[in-house]
Amino acid sequence: MASDIPVLIITGYGLNCEVESSVAWEMAGARPERVHLSDLVERPSRLGDYAALMFVGGFSYGDHMGSGHVFALRVRRRLGAELEKFIRAGKLVLGVCNGFQIMVKLGLLPGIDGEWFAQKLSIMQNDCGTFQNRWTPLRFEPDSPCVFTKGLAAAGLARFPLPVRHGEGKVFTPDRKLLERLEALGCVPCRYADPETGEATQEFPYNPNGALNAIAGLCDPTGRVFGLMPHPEAYLYPENHPRWDLQKMRGELPTEGLGLSLFRNAVEHLRRL
Amino acid sequence: MGATVAFRIEIGLKRGIRGIKDARGNAVAAKARRFLRLAASCRTRDVYKLDMGLSPEELAEVRKAFTDPVTSRSAVGRLEPPPFDWMVEVGFKPGVTDNVGATARAVARDVLDRPLGPTEAVYTSIQYFFQGSGLGRADIDRLAGELLANPLIQTMRVFSPEEWAAAPVDDSVPAVRERPDIRVETYDLSGGDEDLMRISREGILSLSLDEMRAIRDFFASEKARRERAALGLPEQPTDVELECIAQTWSEHCKHKIFAALVHYIDESDPADVKEEWIDSLFKTCIRDATAKIGNEIDWLVSVFSDNAGVIRFNDRYNLAYKVETHNSPSALDPYGGAITGIVGVNRDPMGTGMGCELVANVWGYCLGSPFYDGDLPEGLMHPRRIRDGVHQGVIDGGNQSGIPWARGFERFDERYIGKPLVYCGTVGRLPRLVTGRPSERKEIEPGDVVVMCGGRIGKDGIHGATFSSEELRKESPAQAVQIGDPITQRNLYEFLLEARDLGLYRALTDNGAGGLSSSIGEMSRLSGGADIDLGKAPLKYEGLQPWEIFLSEAQERMSLAVPPEKLDEFLALARRREVEAAALGAFTDSGALTVRHGGRVTAHLDLEFLHEGGPRMTIEARWRPPRIPAPPAPRKGPRNRTLLKLLASLNVCSKEYKSRQYDGEVKGLSVVKPFVGVDGDVPSDAVVMMAEHGCRKGMVLAEGINPFYSDIDAYDMMASVIDEAVRRVVSVGGRLDRIAGLDNFCWPDPVLSEKTPDGPYKMAQLVRAGKALYDVTTAYKVPAISGKDSMKNDSVRGGRKISIPPTVLFSTIGVIDDVGRAVTMHFKRPGDVVYVAGVTREELGGSEFFRLLAREAGEPLAYGGRAPSLDIPLALGLYRAMNEATGRGLVRSSHTPTLGGLGVAFALAAVGGGLGADIDLGAVECDGGLADDAKLFSESNSRFVLTCAPEDAAALEETFRGLPLRRVGAVAEGRRLRVVGRRGREVVHTDIDALRRAFKGTLYGV
Repeated sequence: MASDIPVLIITGYGLNCEVESSVAWEMAGARPERVHLSDLVERPSRLGDYAALMFVGGFSYGDHMGSGHVFALRVRRRLGAELEKFIRAGKLVLGVCNGFQIMVKLGLLPGIDGEWFAQKLSIMQNDCGTFQNRWTPLRFEPDSPCVFTKGLAAAGLARFPLPVRHGEGKVFTPDRKLLERLEALGCVPCRYADPETGEATQEFPYNPNGALNAIAGLCDPTGRVFGLMPHPEAYLYPENHPRWDLQKMRGELPTEGLGLSLFRNAVEHLRRL
Repeated sequence: MGATVAFRIEIGLKRGIRGIKDARGNAVAAKARRFLRLAASCRTRDVYKLDMGLSPEELAEVRKAFTDPVTSRSAVGRLEPPPFDWMVEVGFKPGVTDNVGATARAVARDVLDRPLGPTEAVYTSIQYFFQGSGLGRADIDRLAGELLANPLIQTMRVFSPEEWAAAPVDDSVPAVRERPDIRVETYDLSGGDEDLMRISREGILSLSLDEMRAIRDFFASEKARRERAALGLPEQPTDVELECIAQTWSEHCKHKIFAALVHYIDESDPADVKEEWIDSLFKTCIRDATAKIGNEIDWLVSVFSDNAGVIRFNDRYNLAYKVETHNSPSALDPYGGAITGIVGVNRDPMGTGMGCELVANVWGYCLGSPFYDGDLPEGLMHPRRIRDGVHQGVIDGGNQSGIPWARGFERFDERYIGKPLVYCGTVGRLPRLVTGRPSERKEIEPGDVVVMCGGRIGKDGIHGATFSSEELRKESPAQAVQIGDPITQRNLYEFLLEARDLGLYRALTDNGAGGLSSSIGEMSRLSGGADIDLGKAPLKYEGLQPWEIFLSEAQERMSLAVPPEKLDEFLALARRREVEAAALGAFTDSGALTVRHGGRVTAHLDLEFLHEGGPRMTIEARWRPPRIPAPPAPRKGPRNRTLLKLLASLNVCSKEYKSRQYDGEVKGLSVVKPFVGVDGDVPSDAVVMMAEHGCRKGMVLAEGINPFYSDIDAYDMMASVIDEAVRRVVSVGGRLDRIAGLDNFCWPDPVLSEKTPDGPYKMAQLVRAGKALYDVTTAYKVPAISGKDSMKNDSVRGGRKISIPPTVLFSTIGVIDDVGRAVTMHFKRPGDVVYVAGVTREELGGSEFFRLLAREAGEPLAYGGRAPSLDIPLALGLYRAMNEATGRGLVRSSHTPTLGGLGVAFALAAVGGGLGADIDLGAVECDGGLADDAKLFSESNSRFVLTCAPEDAAALEETFRGLPLRRVGAVAEGRRLRVVGRRGREVVHTDIDALRRAFKGTLYGV
């Protein structure tokens, strides 16, 4: 039976994770549809047809002038009003990597005080100065309202690794008070973690970019708008894990990739509505 | 001329805020310290110059849109500089691709909400502010010249604070403003031989005297004169025609050396000299071998005829694979050359059959040592700089295109200082049917429209690398260097896949070397002709001559045949996706390629003559085995230090630091990654990835390359690299009966001439490599499905000739039935049994061990001896047994020894597993009595280091019955590798953390 949960995946201009992102939503039970931004801006009202929206990873405009910056300008100008309506209607928005960068540059994240289009944070070049591709241990915070990560800890998935692949991933603000507020509101649902202790870490390479408070992802205070630098859609199969060979030998290979759990959470949330 | 006034915007990071780091500046400072021993801090700024009409309000709005409000500040004109001792501003020369500028232009257009004119553009530059005590102007000139700017494509200005304060605000832009008259020249070929050669030389046509004569004779023929008169063309060839012929007949496009008639004399036995005539090495050694194999297998789809070789994968998909080299451009501009290399080879599968989706990239570089401290001939870049630029180019090209890297390697040798080898390859996936037709077919009907789409045409890459920088005038476009733009290409790629599935075109091919002259020249063979108007091609700037438009290698372009009834729909979709597309004319069946400019005919070339009219070369080849001394034998004793040195040697050591900057996970299909092990830091034998979401059947990629054996015998080199590439696939569990290969030959010029007195020897090396290719591929039934050769890898600078060693990259693509059965290389569990499969021989010639000894003895090239040989029946027996053993899940780990032999193989399997091992060399199966050094470091082919669970040992041994599989020890709990040799003496006993440090230290951070 075809799923009744339509999900919009915006493509184009150098975004490039649309295929695996579609597969993730599909495996989780939704009905993803890929639409080129140029088609969407022709008829922005199409947004209303969907229950969730995803900004996927990639290199929109080659990361020129700052990652996500240019794509965000275009979205704000052409889709801003419809996007605000979409969020206020209680729908879900997910951004991964470049998609997360776009959401932060747009101001969709952290989306506090009802302001969706004023950039409050930024995402800077990694402290190490280079693009980094590695699987990084993450911890998912049980106290966050984030719809996508909710219940992971309770389900025994408080910690698992995902691949990071970015040159600009350092979540940054000069405003310490803002950071404190975000923490208090539970807007930090996942962090880079030390593989031994499981605690948040500032240490390279486990924190691959130097993000403040080891922030790997952010959500708005409702938990419905969420973005992260690591790639859950690149861990859909158990054999994606860098040590699946050892997991298999020990009989610990999960039946599906753990990145899928974030998409399953989102689809369950939408089903319950 | 050149400079016009524009609006200048400077953007910099906010200062004095904790946590804001200028990572770009810090990286420059770190390199200055490490490589130039200059201590300085560095801060950077971005400069945008807007060459467009703007009101003050518009300018303010654009400035705001360009600036990140959280981290940055900006100003129109000058932003107050940070304290500095020197400032360097680096911008582009006129006509050089400025990708960031193009994005900034798109932002400006969005902000202004109006279309911009063709000359309204944005130009970028970067400012570097340095602070350091004692930093003089000479230091800063050196720093800028060696780290920041390439004078071939960039401009660079250095300022002291006083000079900066006194200088007017620079609002000039590097626009191309030259407007030469459009002219079609005619070449007079009626003179003597000397005149003909002068024309070839001065025009940088690289045509030989025989070729020039053939052209002269063709144009003098009655038929040609009659046809030309009817079209209003002069009797003598136009520049468009001569350039097109020169391009089509170039070594690069025509592979004249591989197609030549070869006179091969084998003097290896002076008492029995053998002589042979070989009618094209390509035909007899490569194509015939694949044809022979093709009679026995059913999964070859398209070989040697398209831009990439195509094989069947499963019921739904075929796979296409192509590897290219981009050597000369990378020597001139490492970054631009390499990014063009990778996005260029992406277009090969894109232009194969009806067009592929791209699923994986591979790369590999042969370079001089980044630590080289000898004399560098004038005009050559330091190998470290070449390496950094090449990596960054392929990193950016691959990452921004969203194609994961699967394999990568680096080989280092001083002989690559003159010419680096830059291999880039791409695997594509082609649905077996596209709009109901077999997707590999390429057909064009007369009447189909010739469409070019993608980027615009500039003078980029005209005549490739033959231009030197001195010949460029200051305000001329930089002609020799193309810089790829992955984002433009990504847009083009997505658009083409959309158009493919809508059935909007009939055929396509890419524009690479030779640009339109090559792509239309090739495509027109399918219909029997073409008639195009270059005046309809979109240009980056005015003033290009017709021949330049025809030959330009401007990037990101594909040529298509579009049925006339689909043209409107095709062009409309292109507009929506912001992809440039233009109809240039029509395919015909006239038998000729007709090229117009603004309606006027500028070229009319008979297709038969163009493609088949070139004379053939005859080349001498003479084989006399070289006499190379062996290095002095080392003193007896333990080999701990030797093993550590081998692990730390440039060719063996970890390449992880750079590799981590390549995205290997995009698409979410990776299974066995380039690095494996408990800490993911040891290279895998081969990678395994899914080719389709949810499909358990996977593909396997590996390669073999070893230029060092070429010094001994290129036959052994070729046989060994094929064997290595095949056994790597088998090692991870890939099927022996489903492996295809790609051969990429890089050679020094092998044609006898004044410059190349040793041509016959180099040609003999080529013959021997070709013979090995035939022998081994046919025996293994591993068909070569695509390949490429690059035959002039020599550099003559400052009176010194440097030739590369003959180098073949043999890349393999295989299939694994279930990705979940893939085997990785590292030890898994204490107590597991360790085996060596295969036979170890006294084969240390060209080995890593001998090369280490030779270096230490001060005679770096004295590494002679026997190179690894190949026992084909034995290898096939072992590989079949491996297939069965891995298929049944009997193998816990499998690693194939290569450089450094069993010693390095044991070490890496232990480091990867974080586990030790106890090994007895006495149990290793050897050919005759071997010293411990030979057992440990010989690089004999066709071997594996295997482990299995103790309870599976009997079954594994049964699988290898009748084959050399020897139990040599066990995986140990402790973190120590212990190897005993003759009479139970300890040969190696060391902590695996020491092994790891040695392996990872050399290139960490470099």
